[in-house]
Amino acid sequence: NCSGVAVDNGGSNDVQWCFSQVKGAIDDDVAEADIISTVEFNHSGELLATGDKGGRVVIFQQEIENKSQPQCRSEYNVYSTFQSHEPEFDYLKSLEIEEKINKIRWLPQKNAAQFLLSTNDKTIKLWKISERDKRPEGYNLKEEDGRYIDPNTVTALRVPVFRPMDLMVEASPRRVFANAHTYHINSISINSDHETYLSADDLRINLWHQEITDRSFNIVDIKPANMEELTEVITAAEFHPHQCNTFVYSSSKGTIRLCDMRASALCDTHSKLFEEPEDPSNRSFFSEIISSISDVKFSHNGRYMMTRDYLSVKIWDLNMESRPVETYQVHEYLRNKLCSLYENDCIFDKFECCWNGNDSVVMTGSYNNFFRMFDRGQRRDVTLEASREGSKPQQVLKPRKVCADGKRKKDEISVDSLDFNKKILHTAWHPQDNVIAVATTNNLYIFQDKVN
Amino acid sequence: MINTTECAVDAQSLISISLRKIHNSRTQRGGIKLHKNLLVSYVLRNARQVYMNEKYAEIYRMQQYEEVMTVCNEIQELNPLDLAEDCEEQRGDCCGNGGVSEPASLCCALLPVSQLVAVQSAHMQPPSACSAPLSLQSDEVCKETEPSFYQSCCAEAYPVSNCEFSPVNNLHCNKTTVLDLDTHVVTTVENGYLHQDCCASLQQCCQGAQYSGKKRKVDFEYYISDIEEVPDFTPCKRAKFEDCSYANSEHLDTSNISNLISIFGSGFSGLVSRQADIEQALALNGQFCSKQALSSLGAMTRAIVAF
Repeated sequence: NCSGVAVDNGGSNDVQWCFSQVKGAIDDDVAEADIISTVEFNHSGELLATGDKGGRVVIFQQEIENKSQPQCRSEYNVYSTFQSHEPEFDYLKSLEIEEKINKIRWLPQKNAAQFLLSTNDKTIKLWKISERDKRPEGYNLKEEDGRYIDPNTVTALRVPVFRPMDLMVEASPRRVFANAHTYHINSISINSDHETYLSADDLRINLWHQEITDRSFNIVDIKPANMEELTEVITAAEFHPHQCNTFVYSSSKGTIRLCDMRASALCDTHSKLFEEPEDPSNRSFFSEIISSISDVKFSHNGRYMMTRDYLSVKIWDLNMESRPVETYQVHEYLRNKLCSLYENDCIFDKFECCWNGNDSVVMTGSYNNFFRMFDRGQRRDVTLEASREGSKPQQVLKPRKVCADGKRKKDEISVDSLDFNKKILHTAWHPQDNVIAVATTNNLYIFQDKVN
Repeated sequence: MINTTECAVDAQSLISISLRKIHNSRTQRGGIKLHKNLLVSYVLRNARQVYMNEKYAEIYRMQQYEEVMTVCNEIQELNPLDLAEDCEEQRGDCCGNGGVSEPASLCCALLPVSQLVAVQSAHMQPPSACSAPLSLQSDEVCKETEPSFYQSCCAEAYPVSNCEFSPVNNLHCNKTTVLDLDTHVVTTVENGYLHQDCCASLQQCCQGAQYSGKKRKVDFEYYISDIEEVPDFTPCKRAKFEDCSYANSEHLDTSNISNLISIFGSGFSGLVSRQADIEQALALNGQFCSKQALSSLGAMTRAIVAF
């Protein structure tokens, strides 16, 4: 058992994860609209955005470090809350379009304002989040309350000036990218060129310019001529962090395709196909389901990518297509429970995964509010829990262990005791620091490493 | 080879669970989820393969010609006219409704559940009666009295199938195997022709036929378990392979709920190796009525046309 996860920071300090904060309602009765559906740090890590099933976006901001309390990092407090998407109804198809936020992606910051893309099943929106901490005062023709002054009564002129005011954070929709997806959008990814981004649904990937809403280019289309011949769908897509011509998309068949936009306008033909042959001894009724990839993420350095399928996390070297370079079992003890998990639909849960800032550790969620970290260099892994019980400030998280066979040791949890309603699907890692955001059903936990 | 010992779950229950999931997905908020339904169809295919393998093995063991012929005769005695037809209330072409330029099978998945019509096995009813059909819907909906939910087809003027033992004719028959979710019996019906008949008599029927089991809860758990009885009751008709359904894909949009439970042939055919199926069937032909044997597998040889 390891007590923590070592971070390759030159030294060999073991990292101990401590509780920092938890956001969200305490009561067990979870309102469906409050279910968190996406979590994302911005590029500096100062802002943390969450989206929920009710179509709302909540942005937390890390306060400037509190110098009087050096032992803890600063906290994240609510910065802005806004309704990003509303439920819609497609009258043509008699279909309701959910307002659930599927993904949020931050744009690199160019000026004082922050921009993010948020998407539901059908529509992507560009939001501008800006601060207003001063306001003009001293108009000649307008009172402070807005009433107009009769020009005839004005005897002297003055120059209006800006005066400080209480900080106000405004979110305004700047662009709406709609009507480009027939199927459900599962991914958005911003290109390193800072001008374009892609959006992917089950069968197609579109390329957009951030400024242009009435036009998008289709770059991948895997829809068969006859839908009855459909065998796979696109499950996730992402641009390479540095190469603006390269992107990958994963499929429900467990394959990843790397495409080069320079090769042709339509990237149906991949440049590389990453696929690991199936182990025939593991064949089951559910082989196709558990091999479906639920998330794909490039490493920050752009040399690797990570994929998540139902039971494992795999690290792929972009130069080797035949098999992953590393495979980590997230919860192998579930392999014998697949039929139950199929019945209760848990087998369809889409877990995400993330890299830490220097690509040495990867993290992903599991059930019972457990989440797992895998240290690639040290070849160690740890299971931690996001729960209210472990929520005293600075309380160090105790590693958990699941007992797969019948011989349960003290402090271990048996597989049958796991709560499959408590699942951690969305996690995010601060781009530079050891700060992580872990979303349970309707709560957001923030953990950080213990600073000694 | 699929490891079937996992979880002590058998293929039949998996099939029923999967069908229920696909059915439920039609009423879920946000529209049908293509990815999930595709994965469910894979489970269906896998379970079907296991089930068919088991059945083939079982049939192969019963190699005696008289035994099989006896069964065939018993089946012949059953009135092949006692077949229900699945009809769908015509609320316009589903493609027109949806405005989606998808193939018919895809369109029909997008139809509101209220347009689904259940199938009644004539095996349970006198041949000429207007059988009360079944609702595939939940309890709540079952309680509705709107007759459009319940349509029946008088089992009259059904052409006697001359396809039983004729492979040639079979290839041109438009057959659909349907599951009666209420009586848990699998029947194979001739598709296009019956459908037209059904529609003609539909108007008369649906007024009169009151579904006695309106409040009966659709129980997905059991209908598959009764499949074992099927060989005894299913008329000796050739199980429809995918070829038939393809030949009739243009009928799909006007027929049925057969899109819901009209299984495995036209949906996600990329999953199914038609050739392998036919070869398997022919391999077991031998001296006895393979079609009869295979017709009993009809229920298991289809996938859900969900999209």
